[in-house]
Amino acid sequence: MTRRLSYPGVEKTMIRIANGQGFWGDWLEAPVRLIEQGPIDYLVLDYLAEITMSILQKQREADPSLGYARDFPPLIGRIAKRMVERNVRVIANAGGVNPVSCAEAVRKAAPGIKVAVVLGDDVLGRIDEFLGKGYRMADMDTGLPLETIREKIQSANAYIGAFPLAEALSTGAQVVIAGRSTDTALALAPMVHHFGWSDTDWDKLAAGTIAGHIIECGAQCTGGNCQVDWQNIPNMADIGYPIVEAAPDSTFVVTKHPGAGGRVHSDTVKEQLLYELGDPKSYITPDCVADFTSIQLADSGPDRVRVSGIHGRPRPATLKLSISHANGWKATGTLVYSWPQALQKAQAADRIVRQRLEMLGLRFDEIYTEFLGVNACHGPLARPCADPPEVQLRMGVRGQDRKAVDRFTRELIPLVLNGPPGATGFGEGRPLVREIVAYWSALVPREEIRTSVEVLG
Amino acid sequence: MNVPLANLAHTRSGDKGDTCNVGVIAYQLKDYPVLVREVTAERVKVFFGELVKGKVERYELPNLGALNFLLHEALGGGGTVSLRLDAQGKTLGAALLRMEIEARG
Repeated sequence: MTRRLSYPGVEKTMIRIANGQGFWGDWLEAPVRLIEQGPIDYLVLDYLAEITMSILQKQREADPSLGYARDFPPLIGRIAKRMVERNVRVIANAGGVNPVSCAEAVRKAAPGIKVAVVLGDDVLGRIDEFLGKGYRMADMDTGLPLETIREKIQSANAYIGAFPLAEALSTGAQVVIAGRSTDTALALAPMVHHFGWSDTDWDKLAAGTIAGHIIECGAQCTGGNCQVDWQNIPNMADIGYPIVEAAPDSTFVVTKHPGAGGRVHSDTVKEQLLYELGDPKSYITPDCVADFTSIQLADSGPDRVRVSGIHGRPRPATLKLSISHANGWKATGTLVYSWPQALQKAQAADRIVRQRLEMLGLRFDEIYTEFLGVNACHGPLARPCADPPEVQLRMGVRGQDRKAVDRFTRELIPLVLNGPPGATGFGEGRPLVREIVAYWSALVPREEIRTSVEVLG
Repeated sequence: MNVPLANLAHTRSGDKGDTCNVGVIAYQLKDYPVLVREVTAERVKVFFGELVKGKVERYELPNLGALNFLLHEALGGGGTVSLRLDAQGKTLGAALLRMEIEARG
């Protein structure tokens, strides 16, 4: 089927917005299946978690042409033909810290495709300017001033909302690439673009934002990670990723392609609505403040949930920054002990390693031990299990001294020969030492962040 | 009569830094008042014990028959800092299903 391009204020019919990626690393087949298995108008892909930006920043430092979600250009190469045939437009925050290089890679992978890039979220080079203006950028969790970590900052990006993305759509681009846009903006943007919503129509913006929240984690609203009747959720191997059928009046239906696996029900949607939620009356985004206590859900057909009644309030005068900074080193390793007395053996091994680290005079910010099969998920709440068949010792350290962390990684494997009997599971060798990149969130006045759109092709 | 929370509700949990959120959703809207009465912030704090070092906050969503709990200082520093297997608190929602509540309406 084909659908004609639409322009703001022109077409007022329902649009279908699908999410094919809940995070970088999500199922590679999901976006392909969404475009193959039925009609959609917009395919949105969420690639960025809070720490992804710092990983991408490091990749860019090593190679100036990198720093974006590298899965994205080959995906567009794979679906470009269908995108054109079916007039599907893609919106993704795949740009990371290098959206222009990402766009160039997309153009190489899919030469005929028109690409627009949203710029202006990267403020790594403006931190001193902001400090000079008197913005404290105190951590929203701890209240500490930014000076605490100034020298350790690795990336800094402002969360941008739907309107810069909608502006990029208005260029006619088939692929819109952003850096640190919010997850919810990816789905709200096509509604703003297509229905011509005003930037002060708070109820509509809140509805689109909540639609974005429902689908931003991909299959987590279509039966994935759902506790309700999970054994009977159909064909999870071919689980359908979510589609929002959005109406101009800002009501919408959450669904999936018929025939795809999974389940869309008010239970699956409620679980996702509650996911990573703070104060439900104040879900704050760059676009609006959405009120989750106004949401009305109705099961309106098989795998269809109708959402209505949503209220919103004006957006805040500030934008949130996502800042990552180096915060020491860590390593985690495991060994498996078998029956009999598996837990006691693993506990003895833990004591021995701690004693050996002590004998070496090594100091850490934390040494942490869990016993998988016994207490790793639920700690002391887990019911005791008498003499389990096997237990995995999982031991980690973190600290500011990389050498000390590295020395720890050499202390687990020797236990196979010089500790309690029956240890195995050391096949992957010594644990890796990893840098801890921690996350810092702070606010700046929103007028400081000026976005722009660049079109390629 | 005391029953586990699992009889009346399902949960989903996730993270925001070192804070874990647990959504508790009544299977049937008629049981929501039981959740409001029984699953208080204080009882959830006591239930999790040493797993939650900070305070517990509760928010009500009567429209969804759901409660949202924020468990502060619950994830060993959270995010990339945490040494825990479940640094995002993905399984803490399931842990709460064991909590015993009085089921009378």
